[in-house]
Amino acid sequence: MSGVRVLVGTRKGAFVLTSDGGRTSWDVRGPFFGGWEVYHVKGSPVDPNRIYASQSSGWFGQVIQRSDDGGATWEPMGNEFAYEGVPGTHQWYDGTQHPWEFKRVWHLEPSRTDPDVVWAGVEDAALFHSADGGKSWQERAGLRAIKGHLWQPGAGGMGLHTILLDPGTPARMYLAISAAGAFRSDDGGTTFRAINHGLHSQYELPDPDAQVGHCVHRIALHPSRPDVLFMQKHWDVLRSDDAGESWREVSGNLPSDFGFALAVHAHEPETVYVVPILSDSLHYPPEAKLRVYRSRTGGGEWEPLTRGLPQADCYVNVLRGAMSVDRLDPCGVYFGTTGGQVYGSRDGGDSWTPIVRDLPAVLSVEVQTLP
Amino acid sequence: MIRVVLPYHLRTLAGTAGEIELAVEGAVTQRAILEALEARYPALKGTIRDRARGERRPFLRFFASGEDLSHVAPDAPLPEAVAAGREPFLIVGAMAGG
Repeated sequence: MSGVRVLVGTRKGAFVLTSDGGRTSWDVRGPFFGGWEVYHVKGSPVDPNRIYASQSSGWFGQVIQRSDDGGATWEPMGNEFAYEGVPGTHQWYDGTQHPWEFKRVWHLEPSRTDPDVVWAGVEDAALFHSADGGKSWQERAGLRAIKGHLWQPGAGGMGLHTILLDPGTPARMYLAISAAGAFRSDDGGTTFRAINHGLHSQYELPDPDAQVGHCVHRIALHPSRPDVLFMQKHWDVLRSDDAGESWREVSGNLPSDFGFALAVHAHEPETVYVVPILSDSLHYPPEAKLRVYRSRTGGGEWEPLTRGLPQADCYVNVLRGAMSVDRLDPCGVYFGTTGGQVYGSRDGGDSWTPIVRDLPAVLSVEVQTLP
Repeated sequence: MIRVVLPYHLRTLAGTAGEIELAVEGAVTQRAILEALEARYPALKGTIRDRARGERRPFLRFFASGEDLSHVAPDAPLPEAVAAGREPFLIVGAMAGG
């Protein structure tokens, strides 16, 4: 019988939640790297027992960990993230230029074909590549050539938080950076261009044609239709039907179009999930009700999913990397909150059950569907 | 032998318990101790000294014999009691974070 492994990164360590295909009984292991912030944990699609984790601390900096046994044991890998050449500067809050400085790894994206190849999205925003299983890292500096001097950190830091590898076109990848925007490479990560046409950020960016500076919170795609992208921007939920060449808003009837998390159903490419958050000033759900919203029409029309979720006095947030799906049928959907709950649905979002309730604040949730 | 005491999280990362004893050739300085430490425990590279500049990370401090040595130059000789192994070189996580 197939199974599911949910990889959870939190403010105080990583946790591994496992279940068989029934998804009713869960084994909880952890914390791994207790006391450290774990921004992201993700497994290799080629070798599910190979898992990469980003462990960091304000005291001790960045550590990359790798497991080759499904998360049971871990080994530190390389943590030297040196920007290519002269790092240069980006825009600072006061409008001056500020030197690029490595702070942490936000996102680890293992290759779809080679378990030793893994990409890292870091803060200050840049893309790194490892071809030796995380032992050494080289920057792909073509990304920062896209008006990097105009990028400016948002409140959460200038992190490269999303890396999507196109399953149909191996040389293509999509990236998203807070307060810089979305970017696409068609040559395996050597050169990039901004793909932000159609995004509107009225107050942050008065120039409607600004190529960079948009605060993209998350992008996602369905493997069967990699040219269709969904985006949760700071404000607005959007979609692109042309690989990011243009975007249109699909916020529709959402109670708030601010939010972070976004996921696409494993088997229905037009079924999308978001978790509306009231505003950027109030990082909790509208009406203090934790509701996942599902669109079965690729956006525009949304239905609240509430069964099993708290519908009163709820003030948690769901962060950008904290929602994911499994590939079982029916599709399982999972998300973690800043209150330390990880909720799972084994019926595509119709009903939810807390898998764990009292973890540290959840930063990321990734799901492996095991054979 | 030089005695080194690591903070909890670095002991865990290095997979050690208790004090570490290191052989340091030549003058006993912060740099010499840290390089010997990182050579034995490569996982500690970048966790005490910043990878980009090689400087002490801001929230770590160095102490020995009741003295704060955090601002002593990396190549300055450390107190004789450390060099002789009578006192440990303490690497301490600063109280920070609110």
